Amino acid sequence: MTQAPFLEWRRLVVERGERVLFEDLSGRVDAGESLLVEGRNGSGKTTFLRSIAGLYLPLQGEFLWNGENVNDLGEGFRENLLYLGHMNAIKDNLDAVENLRVQSRLSGNPASDEDILSALAAFGLRGFEDFPTRMLSQGQKRRVALARLLLSRAKLWVLDEPFVALDVAAVDHLQSVISAHVEAGGIAILTTHQATQLTDNSTHRLKLG
Amino acid sequence: MNIKWFKYAAPSTFYPLAGRMIPWFWVSAILFIGVGLYWGFFHTPGILTDQKEYYRIIFPHVASAWMSMWLYIVLVGWALVGLIFQTRISFMMAEAVAPTGAIMTFIALVTGAFWGKTSWGTWWDWDPRMTSELILLFVYIGYMALQSAIDDRRRADRASAVLALVGAVTVPIIFWSVNCPDPNQCTALHQQSGMGKVDPDIVIAMLVTSLGFWLYSFAIIFQRVRNIILQRERNTRWVMELPEVKRGK
Amino acid sequence: MWRGFTTMLKRDLVLAMRRRTDILTTLFFFIIVVSLFPLGVGTEKEILRKMAPGVVWIAALLASMLALERLFADDHADGTLEQMLLTPQPVALLVLAKVTAHWLLTGLPLVLIAPLVGLQYHVGGDVTLVMMQTLLIGTPVLSLIGAIGAALTLGLRGGGILISLLILPLYIPVLVYGSGAVAESMAGGGELGAYFQLLSAFLILALVFSPWATAAALKISTE
Repeated sequence: MTQAPFLEWRRLVVERGERVLFEDLSGRVDAGESLLVEGRNGSGKTTFLRSIAGLYLPLQGEFLWNGENVNDLGEGFRENLLYLGHMNAIKDNLDAVENLRVQSRLSGNPASDEDILSALAAFGLRGFEDFPTRMLSQGQKRRVALARLLLSRAKLWVLDEPFVALDVAAVDHLQSVISAHVEAGGIAILTTHQATQLTDNSTHRLKLG
Repeated sequence: MNIKWFKYAAPSTFYPLAGRMIPWFWVSAILFIGVGLYWGFFHTPGILTDQKEYYRIIFPHVASAWMSMWLYIVLVGWALVGLIFQTRISFMMAEAVAPTGAIMTFIALVTGAFWGKTSWGTWWDWDPRMTSELILLFVYIGYMALQSAIDDRRRADRASAVLALVGAVTVPIIFWSVNCPDPNQCTALHQQSGMGKVDPDIVIAMLVTSLGFWLYSFAIIFQRVRNIILQRERNTRWVMELPEVKRGK
Repeated sequence: MWRGFTTMLKRDLVLAMRRRTDILTTLFFFIIVVSLFPLGVGTEKEILRKMAPGVVWIAALLASMLALERLFADDHADGTLEQMLLTPQPVALLVLAKVTAHWLLTGLPLVLIAPLVGLQYHVGGDVTLVMMQTLLIGTPVLSLIGAIGAALTLGLRGGGILISLLILPLYIPVLVYGSGAVAESMAGGGELGAYFQLLSAFLILALVFSPWATAAALKISTE
């Protein structure tokens, strides 16, 4: 690690379904910072987050990771990225441990079973490890998805509405996990409709629409 | 050089330019097709090998069959340009080419059926060239079906462009497999195109008719692109300020 | 790099083993289609024997195509497809893993059931063997080409019927040489080498191009 990582975007023009969502958007997030993306429904928060992940191609402009175009970096960028969208991305017919094992292997950073079990325990899922996830509740499924955060080595977390379907205790825990990631020199970019405690001076806000 | 190219690639520049060109394409298309067919019907020998007057169906037949293949290449070209440069106009072009390509394929099939009825005594024979043309029609239909099944324009454009490229790789293989179902008898692909032996009047009529079909394709495709532009860019200022749009309101 | 491939392959096989009916559906579809032909065209031995190569291959085309609709649909619905595009693994390789799993579950069973078709259509042992060999080389090509269609029509209304419009014409070369080889062996011709070379060439071509085109199509379709 020669330098602290940062993500930058330059002169973005993003349109969705023939409607321009935002034009000429530039900005930057540095290591040890988090960014709250705000705006009303349909203002393009999700599209912005998906563009960072490379799931949506902006009409113009580019994203830079440590000064390099993310598309040129390709796999070199994706190994630094953890994206969590609206969907939990877990298979109903696999249990929680199997789900996380597959995900961690595909992310190029295989986790041991002990790590997976302790990550699940940290999100309050002790005792549910070997249930097929289709038998879990919405909130529990979300927590299985979030347990990935604890297993990941990615510097950049892009989280779309991570607090949805969580109870108060889980929200608190997730906030502390995100804060710890940021304090350790990571970057977190997230959207949320909930009031959040992520309000220290390392938190920036981006208002869309 | 580059700047000029991209200037004409902007729909707002292309729209009026195409509008000015379309009448010329129509006039010259009618002229060329008229002369080509006149020449073909009245200035060519009455008998070709053992076939009598009815062989003259080949003038529209050959011209449309050529166009059906050419237009697929044009379609693939625009799809490729669109995927590489992300230019809106290229996708619109590709979209506009497909129906004309399909119609040319259809004309080739129908005229081919007439030819078949008169010379082989059957409307349809699984002749390799006829079969290839039929498959080409399927490919055009698949392209148009995908294009219209996707509501999101961006996805529709790019997905159908990928399909066109996949087609560009497989269509030659398909044609070849149809031409040569038994690989043991195909060591040398026999293509008897006896252009040299054919009466020069026939060749002239064929070429002039084909040129007319090209010009017709330009006219109709440009017209279609203009419609697509209006539809897709209806919310932009330049479209709203067009006299023909204002008048309609 | 291959860890991504094996992880994905294993995941899809485990998932399929937990829902075994899906595999059997394709297989029974194939058997039913093949069994319907004699009911339609009559049970005369000579006619059946003559039709066998074409029937077997068209049934294989249809079965493989029907199964394809599901190839990416589940992963798309639960969001794992999106995550697959975001891993540091080459997407084409993960696609190849999924197609491999898919073929093992829907293509390979057709190869193994082919002797049954041989019995139904009164073709001899040698011809049945050729039939199995062509299916073994040809059905992976069908899965690979079909994956492109599945990726392009992902999540569309009427996706299944649309796939058939896009993909069936592209299956023609495999159909021509697959059934051609069986017919040739039936006629007693020993010159099957060229057929197998062509089918193998298609397989190599499909292995090189299809995962890559499918990956591109998936990116476009998940936007």
